[in-house]
Amino acid sequence: MILQVDDPVVEVHDLTVSYDRKPVLWGVDLTLPAGSLVGVIGPNGAGKSTLIKAMMDLLPASSGYVRIFNEPLKQVRKRISYVPQRESVDWDFPASVFDVVLMGRYGNLGLFKRPRKADKDAAMQALEKVGMQGFADRQISQLSGGQQQRVFLARALAQNADIYFMDEPFAGVDIATETAIIELLRTMREQGKTVVVVHHDLQSASEYFDWVVLLNMRLVASGPTQQVMTQELLEHTYGGKLTVLSKVGDLLRKQEFPARETRRQNNVIL
Amino acid sequence: MVGDAISHAVLPGIVIAFLLTGSRDSLPMIIGAGLLGVITTLLIEFFHRYARVQADAAIGITFTWLFAIGIILISVFAGQIDLDQDCVLYGEIAYVPLDLWITESGLSFGPRTLWTLGFVTLLVIGFIVTGYKELFLTAFDPAYAAAIGISTTVWYYLLMTAVSLTTVASFESVGAILVVAFLVGPPATAYLLTDNFKTMLLFSVGIGIVAVVIGYYLAYWLDGSIAGAVATITGLQFALAFVFSPTHGLYFKRRRTQVA
Ligand SMILES: Nc1ncnc2c1ncn2[C@@H]1O[C@H](COP(=O)(O)OP(=O)(O)OP(=O)(O)O)[C@@H](O)[C@H]1O
Ligand SMILES: [Mg+2]
Repeated sequence: MILQVDDPVVEVHDLTVSYDRKPVLWGVDLTLPAGSLVGVIGPNGAGKSTLIKAMMDLLPASSGYVRIFNEPLKQVRKRISYVPQRESVDWDFPASVFDVVLMGRYGNLGLFKRPRKADKDAAMQALEKVGMQGFADRQISQLSGGQQQRVFLARALAQNADIYFMDEPFAGVDIATETAIIELLRTMREQGKTVVVVHHDLQSASEYFDWVVLLNMRLVASGPTQQVMTQELLEHTYGGKLTVLSKVGDLLRKQEFPARETRRQNNVIL
Repeated sequence: MVGDAISHAVLPGIVIAFLLTGSRDSLPMIIGAGLLGVITTLLIEFFHRYARVQADAAIGITFTWLFAIGIILISVFAGQIDLDQDCVLYGEIAYVPLDLWITESGLSFGPRTLWTLGFVTLLVIGFIVTGYKELFLTAFDPAYAAAIGISTTVWYYLLMTAVSLTTVASFESVGAILVVAFLVGPPATAYLLTDNFKTMLLFSVGIGIVAVVIGYYLAYWLDGSIAGAVATITGLQFALAFVFSPTHGLYFKRRRTQVA
């Protein structure tokens, strides 16, 4: 089930990525539609982080190419934003929350220019959007995991890009924050932006995303959520892991219930 | 830590430059050492990225090896050149005032090192001021920097060039031990005293100056090595900050937990 679209925002062609000549992603060929919320889903080590890094040309491709907005990456850097996996930086670094969010403005400032008032205002607005305005002067070492995640999100928002790549933005955030963030992402989609999100929770995935990419070293599926989140394709993606498989079955059965209902059940169980 | 490695590894560069030109002029030495500085960075990168050695091991191997080559070169040619191990390790701060910059017409501009170090200081300050936000960002989150189009490689090598330049310029007068003590000591102390990056930079400089003044008088009083005394003071400063820092120190942390 790999569906290609016309006029894609992201076009990945025959992409193979290797670490130390050992390929971890094989021949990925996909296109993503503009103005959509895209979920990238697969088991640990499936190459989700690798795929979005390669999409932004942060990793060299062994073969294939990526085009965004129908241009080579170099031409569109300023329109791209990235929310890395939270563990990828040292949170003991001497910086305040505001310092980090302001980094979102650096790309557009260019060399030799200092952030101006407009940049600082944009950073503050971004902090407000994620409900962290009260933490502007806080040291980043003194944040909880969920707050760190929101700071990263604010930095991306401050950038005001056209396409966002987010690596597990919901990891370690509470349900209230997750709902607030997804609302934010939906607003961004209404403004015509594209958001690509690496996500782990199958249950909420079918609720959040318009388009889903299933990945396990190879591309298993890419298409509209309804057509991709099927038992068969999920089994194919998570294949071999029995506990996971039965859980996937459970989750799919629960889909018969209204979303809110299952959500509440889920919370009680977890 | 890469700075630490570079300060040791530039030694063979200095010796080779000295052997080739036969003079103790600063310029060839700076070029020789600068080259070695870049080679060191490349070697570390190579071991780490392509040979998949851990970063600290890659740094350790590179600098001990290059430093050893430097020492061997010095001892082999020891008879022929006036560059000895003591001078390399401890420098010759005491002789700095004697090495004057005198023009052909006989005009004296004062100690030569004052001028070279002054020039390098201005260069480094200029570099930090103009590249502040790029340095700040690439140090904190290189992946994000690359994603928004700020080249981490370029800034990394610029920073390492600045470190090599500083090291080499300081080498001659203060020696390898003090260069390392200064690269690591005052910033580590400043890190314990503040959480703000800019304040940290300023604190490092201030702490360094204080160490030099106290160290100098300590050496004078003990009639000992200036480099040794200054290095001791930087160690002492760190120990003090480690225990008494208002934000990170052991003493106040203990008190806070008792109150709580
Ligand atoms: N820097 C690296 N060097 C070597 N191998 C790597 C490196 N980073 C990832 N890998 C390997 O590549 C594969 C894909 O990793 P990736 O981080 O893309 O997985 P992921 O889908 O994001 O997993 P997770 O859900 O745990 O975040 C894994 O098998 C991993 O071991
Ligand atoms: Mg990952």
